[in-house]
Amino acid sequence: MPEAAALELDEVEVRYGSVSAVRNLSLRVGKAEIVGLIGPNGAGKSTTLHAVMGLLPAHRGEIRLHGQPLRRRSAESIARAGIALVPEGRRIFGDFTVEENLRLGLAARRKGYMGDPLAPAFELFPVLREFRRRPAGALSGGQQQQLAIGRALVSRPDILLLDEPSLGLAPLAVDGIFKAFTEIREVGTTILLVEQRAQRTVALASRTHVLVGGELRMTLGPADAEDTEKIIAAYLAS
Amino acid sequence: MSVLASIDLNTLGDAFGLGAIYALMAVGIGLVFGVLRLVNFAYGQLIMAGAYTLAYTTSWPVTASIVACFAVVVALSLAMDRLVFRPLRSSSPAVMLVTTFAVSFLLQAVALIIDLRDGTLGEVASAVAPLNQAITVGGVDIRKVTFVAVGVALGALVALALVLARTTIGLHTRAAASDFRTARLLGVRANRVIGFAVVVSGLLAGAVAVLLTVQNPFVQPAFALEDTIVVLVGVVVGGIDRLWTATLGGFAIGFVSVLVNAALPTDQTIFLPSVVYALVIVVLLLRPAGLFAWGRRAAMERV
Repeated sequence: MPEAAALELDEVEVRYGSVSAVRNLSLRVGKAEIVGLIGPNGAGKSTTLHAVMGLLPAHRGEIRLHGQPLRRRSAESIARAGIALVPEGRRIFGDFTVEENLRLGLAARRKGYMGDPLAPAFELFPVLREFRRRPAGALSGGQQQQLAIGRALVSRPDILLLDEPSLGLAPLAVDGIFKAFTEIREVGTTILLVEQRAQRTVALASRTHVLVGGELRMTLGPADAEDTEKIIAAYLAS
Repeated sequence: MSVLASIDLNTLGDAFGLGAIYALMAVGIGLVFGVLRLVNFAYGQLIMAGAYTLAYTTSWPVTASIVACFAVVVALSLAMDRLVFRPLRSSSPAVMLVTTFAVSFLLQAVALIIDLRDGTLGEVASAVAPLNQAITVGGVDIRKVTFVAVGVALGALVALALVLARTTIGLHTRAAASDFRTARLLGVRANRVIGFAVVVSGLLAGAVAVLLTVQNPFVQPAFALEDTIVVLVGVVVGGIDRLWTATLGGFAIGFVSVLVNAALPTDQTIFLPSVVYALVIVVLLLRPAGLFAWGRRAAMERV
């Protein structure tokens, strides 16, 4: 018996009413692995993450965490089981301080951790410690994204789901968060990364799946990162 | 100015007293609105149930009677959430609002049935009445209950502010009120946050039941009904989506009601609601986002 994947989707279908947004999607994310999910707008990337998180029900198929099915569990219970989502648009609480935002991330933390509970965020993004008393809404876009990632990390998740984290960020800020993903993986956290920056994602991830029209079209490896034509062809494939 | 002349210190004391009571009700209504996006029209019937409890336990020691009042109100508040609000949590706001009307009428009907067992309408809660006596401060008669009301309101508001600012459940409640979906995504337990809001809201209703019963010991099924309508209006005028603006709105409408009542000629007090609601319309025309909503936020929320 091979070891169960950290996260596994098995022939998953997600529907909005009668329209199916994701069809027959199967993928595995191994422990401490980064797996990418790219594709055009409306391909079903966010929908996939929402289904994993329990925000949308899977109409068919099964989603498993360490081999255990997540069927019918609420988002709050899935968060406490060790999956953290950094949602699209960051969803930080702008009126709250940086520290309060991070403390909210502790709601999903499991028992048995010692020391400063906010350390995982502060070690990765020292600027958050410096600005801990400021209102989160006063941070720059890049810093807000760091806060959103830090908030997810303080819950000590096994699996981190990221929904277009580089969206709307300046190039330097994008470099910063991509570097952070490598560091997050090094401490043993599994990452499923949804992105529009195809080339960078393909270069970073062990495998990158291309989702088009709700279906998995192609899987790329790091070696394909320089092959721009292949990536473009994957997007356009129909 | 005859209006100003009619406002003496006694009136001012009463205005602060009623303002404080309405502020407590506004917090109770605003807290539940924050986490459930539900305007609980049946809030007044929680207070009514507390008042009846005081009336039926009037032979008990006063402390025991007040404890019983709080117990009944909090239990009823939790029951209302569990039996009515929770099954409807994903319904539209209109459905929930209409449901709270139904709950309000149901509870009044139940109260009527219980009340009429002795063949007369209304019960008297005399045990807490001594608080209504006046004491003289610097030549001005002020009822003891006014001090108690203002003290209880300030104490409750400061305590609640500290809990919301400093504790984990307070942080989770504020997060849920601001963006419930994201709060749940982060692992905030919805039922725990809602339970907290419902219990605190019940405790506030219990306190209001005691304070209102002191001033008006004659308890009937419609007890606190009119006050609730006035407070709901005040909450909207203040700005319902923030707890503090809602609270100020509640205080303001209680305060202004007493002043208007004193300013009207004795044979014209029947026009009190008309005058108060006319002021409300003027305020909403000038500041549609709420009297106390300032600046950028006020502009954003109007979009």
